[in-house]
Amino acid sequence: MSEMSMNIAGGAEGVAAQPQLREVPAVRMEAVYKHYGDFTALNEVDLKVAKGEKIVVCGPSGSGKSTLIRCINHIEKHDEGLIYVNGIELDHQRKNIDAVRRDTGMVFQSFNLFPHMTVLENCILAPMTVSGMSQAEAKDLAMHFLTKVRIPDQAEKFPGQLSGGQQQRVAIARALCMRPKIMLFDEPTSALDPEMVKEVLETMKKLAEEGMTMLCVTHEMGFAREVADRIVFMNEGKVVEQAAPEEFFKNPKSERARTFLDQIIH
Amino acid sequence: MSHFSPTAAVNYFFNYFLMKGVLVTIGLTVAAVIGGLILGMGIALMRMSSNPVLSGFSRFYIWFFRGTPLLIQLVVIYSGLPQLGIKFSVITCALVGLILNEAAYLAEIVRSGFMAVSAGQREAAWALSLSPWTTFRRVTLPQAFRLMIPPLGNSINSLLKATSLASVISVEELMRRSDMLMQEHFQILEVYAAATAYYLILTSVWDAVQRRLEKHFGRSSAAKSRRVAASAPVAQTSVEARA
Repeated sequence: MSEMSMNIAGGAEGVAAQPQLREVPAVRMEAVYKHYGDFTALNEVDLKVAKGEKIVVCGPSGSGKSTLIRCINHIEKHDEGLIYVNGIELDHQRKNIDAVRRDTGMVFQSFNLFPHMTVLENCILAPMTVSGMSQAEAKDLAMHFLTKVRIPDQAEKFPGQLSGGQQQRVAIARALCMRPKIMLFDEPTSALDPEMVKEVLETMKKLAEEGMTMLCVTHEMGFAREVADRIVFMNEGKVVEQAAPEEFFKNPKSERARTFLDQIIH
Repeated sequence: MSHFSPTAAVNYFFNYFLMKGVLVTIGLTVAAVIGGLILGMGIALMRMSSNPVLSGFSRFYIWFFRGTPLLIQLVVIYSGLPQLGIKFSVITCALVGLILNEAAYLAEIVRSGFMAVSAGQREAAWALSLSPWTTFRRVTLPQAFRLMIPPLGNSINSLLKATSLASVISVEELMRRSDMLMQEHFQILEVYAAATAYYLILTSVWDAVQRRLEKHFGRSSAAKSRRVAASAPVAQTSVEARA
């Protein structure tokens, strides 16, 4: 199994090696391990994501997909291996962690909006305190992105007054206000009622069309097929397979991916 | 003198000497709350620290001050410490004792408040690259504080009455001055009726303040959010219907 994942990861690197000599990849992970006690959440993971690339990470629950993307902005500390984000090494040094977090935006399954602040306050907090923007500038920026996710009229409301889909779109706008180069989505639609999934996916598609580098953990295979440049399939902490969506869905190479697809596509 | 005299009680209530005692009681309470909150916050942060020395010390502190009577603590500070050459004024002794004691209780309240703020809130703050200070001041503290208000209110109510223990080390607060009046005139019921009325007024005022605080910090409360979130599908359809 480990040999296979090595081969596939190695192969992908080989193909993309030339252009990436000139351009620093958005994300580069080399032999990354993450343990929780005895449990190995990430087991020698290699991954390279080019700028502008859209990656969908999928796999059964407990396969390490969330851990993978949470390591990219150091919400989880990896135990071994190397992670570079836009050429900055995540070596547990404060200034590098801060630099990486400024380059990345994250959207969580449970939204994690600040419940004691209005939508607008949620959006302007980081631009004002981290980027040092004036309140007026930050508000303009926030309204720009709230308009983009189509909820400018909710700016003065509190998160608790919004539907799940609206809250998640606010969370996307809030992340965008820091002008990230890479967006990380950790199961952004899993906590939503079915009728609200679409509005969030539409927002993400729009972002993808604008050329944002995206890594998205999701079970929405329709979205993966339509938007992803590459699907990364994980199982038991390893990247088992990565391929273009068409190929992955039509012709999964590993047995594990085949059974996974059988189970989720009806 | 053989029966209760309401007039005497009313007179004691408006007695200037007693009123000054009330001011001392209020002063002791306010100072102990402020001092206790600052120290308690520090103790709570130490308790939550991953450093075993800090969390161990804080655990010991809380165990010690919650496990011994305030009365002993006050007496030891007032008459015990001078034996070791440490001498404070009476009022300082009372304040040191009340603050040290109150901090132990408040530390646990502060800690429970912070623990109740979900990890996702901190993660969201990190992901937005907020500094630890901004995360604390703008994200976790306001949410923790809202959760702290009810137990905080309780603790402050107890503290207000616990200041009466300072009378033992001769701080002339409400209780002590009541005793002094009582010993002068032997109108036990009348004097204590006035003192009781003052304590009730003070605790009632605090109750009202607490209710206002709860209302103010609860205006976007998580409890309300949860309720709305639970009925989100309904809310959504009504929004759509209007649109």
